[in-house]
Amino acid sequence: MVPLSYYLLLSGFLFGCGVAGFLIKRNIITIFMSIELMLNGVNLSFVAFAAHWHSLAGQVFVFFVMVVAAAESAVGLAIIIAVYRTRETLNVDQVNLLKL
Amino acid sequence: MSFHLILFLAFGAVCVGGSVNLLAQRHPINSALSLIAVMAALAGEYLLLGAEFVAAVQVIVYAGAIMVLFVFVIMLLNAGEEEETKGSRVALLLGVPGVLTASVLMAWVVLRHSGTEAVAIGALPGHPTDIAQLLFHDFLLPFEVTSVLILIAIMGAVVLASKPESAARKVD
Amino acid sequence: MSVGVFILVSAIKSLIVLFALLTAVAYTVWLERKVVGHMQNRWGPTRVGPFGLLQPAADGLKFLFKEDLTPPHVYKPLFLAAPMMAVIFALTSISVIPFGNSIPLFGYNIPLQITDVNIGLLLILGVTSMGVYGVALAGWSSNNKYSLLGGLRASAQMVSYEIALGLSLVGVLIQSGSFSLRTIVDAQGGRFLGFIPRWNIFHGQFVAFFIYLMAAYAETNRIPFDLPEAETELVAGYHTEYSSMKFAMFFMAEYANMITVACLATLLFFGGWHGPLLGPPLVQAVLPVFWFLAKVFCFLFLYIWVRGTLPRFRYDQLMSFGWKFLLPLAIANLVATAIAVAW
Repeated sequence: MVPLSYYLLLSGFLFGCGVAGFLIKRNIITIFMSIELMLNGVNLSFVAFAAHWHSLAGQVFVFFVMVVAAAESAVGLAIIIAVYRTRETLNVDQVNLLKL
Repeated sequence: MSFHLILFLAFGAVCVGGSVNLLAQRHPINSALSLIAVMAALAGEYLLLGAEFVAAVQVIVYAGAIMVLFVFVIMLLNAGEEEETKGSRVALLLGVPGVLTASVLMAWVVLRHSGTEAVAIGALPGHPTDIAQLLFHDFLLPFEVTSVLILIAIMGAVVLASKPESAARKVD
Repeated sequence: MSVGVFILVSAIKSLIVLFALLTAVAYTVWLERKVVGHMQNRWGPTRVGPFGLLQPAADGLKFLFKEDLTPPHVYKPLFLAAPMMAVIFALTSISVIPFGNSIPLFGYNIPLQITDVNIGLLLILGVTSMGVYGVALAGWSSNNKYSLLGGLRASAQMVSYEIALGLSLVGVLIQSGSFSLRTIVDAQGGRFLGFIPRWNIFHGQFVAFFIYLMAAYAETNRIPFDLPEAETELVAGYHTEYSSMKFAMFFMAEYANMITVACLATLLFFGGWHGPLLGPPLVQAVLPVFWFLAKVFCFLFLYIWVRGTLPRFRYDQLMSFGWKFLLPLAIANLVATAIAVAW
């Protein structure tokens, strides 16, 4: 029997790593992957609470989070491709001006 | 040391290792592969909590489709290793200790104040039939709205990623 | 069944099924060479053993003794890991495939399936989705223009046809009401009008079967959809830079995928192990497995027959076929099945 707090700790750790990756990394694709890591941490939290409160709504909400993550990654990767085509770089430190 | 705890720690170790590796690796393809490992281990954690449908959808959608998109883009754009810039060094110096402090604080609060109620193995069996009941009765409106959202995302991705037309016009 | 006995029985079942699958992969290669040879009016392998039956053993020895060359500029970790990933995912999906009813042995009723999970079909779809990585990473890590293009094409093709594959199976799911493969097969027992078996293909999933067949041919990168690995196209596609055992692993993965697809087709559309039960009770206990294997063999023969007969699609024809024809047809099939069931 695993206490609920262990699941929450793991979820919090994943979310924290996602935030750290978002702040530290300079490659735009890695930053985007950190966002996905944050979403995964939150999903674990949802499922853990669903099991704790015996309500399947938590699992249904995870389903919606995954759908939104899929839509967001499709559009986000398209944006990354468009940025790469104009700026020729994937380093966010060099994409800090609106002027090309 | 119950079997449940051992499995939780095994999957949890893969999650933790994968997320730390995502931060530590310089090449995005290695980060992508560690993220895939994290997602697969998370699917195992969902199975421990009884959410079998969610675990299957995690593997099919997240690890098997979204991460494939990421790997495609990394391959297409030929992403190379990351260079260290001044901004990234500052972020490393401030960000890592900051996030560590925040997480230690949060862990202390969670462990002290949340109860030690245990979650049994397979606590809430998430059979596809039960989830479908909820999805198509109580959550029908969000379901339909997400389908519109996906349609918009498809159209947006197609428009954003298509080549600009200026190359074709130069022929005239 | 106590935990210890369960673990022991599962381990033995896994070993037997794995050994049988690997042997089946080797002999499917032999079958393909013989059948395609006869279709092209030549003999195929005949020298090693009677009818060339020991040819797979000779091929295995050859692969072991070949020089295992790792080109200098490849990205080593992924170069080594990609064929392993391909084989692992190809062999995993056999774990939920039922071969027959239970066999009473030593007082226990042992089901002829390594494990019967509630979400068996979703597990197979998930493993198929993960199989794209073996191909994509092999193409990328080879550090070679042809491999990269072949890998990208192959993974784009696999991802596109996965959707049609999944949707074609949803009609079967709606009719059977469960993801568990054993439940789906059990729902296909009995007969209509006394002599037509109640298989799903006769029970309204006729169009779904053909969609599944075409999507499965594209998923397993077989003719007419094998552009990414055709020798006359991009040199050899994603496995250009591989030699000896790693190359053999890609081949094993492809044929294991073929066998899994054939098993799924018999389970979902052709009634699995249901067939006329004749003879004494001892024979009747084993006959379902024989019917299952016979149907799988028919599917493998169909795969090889199509390989010897059809030319291959061009890449843009392939992609437009998957997105503009198969996907709308699969959705239409789903809607029609849903309306028929709800009525």
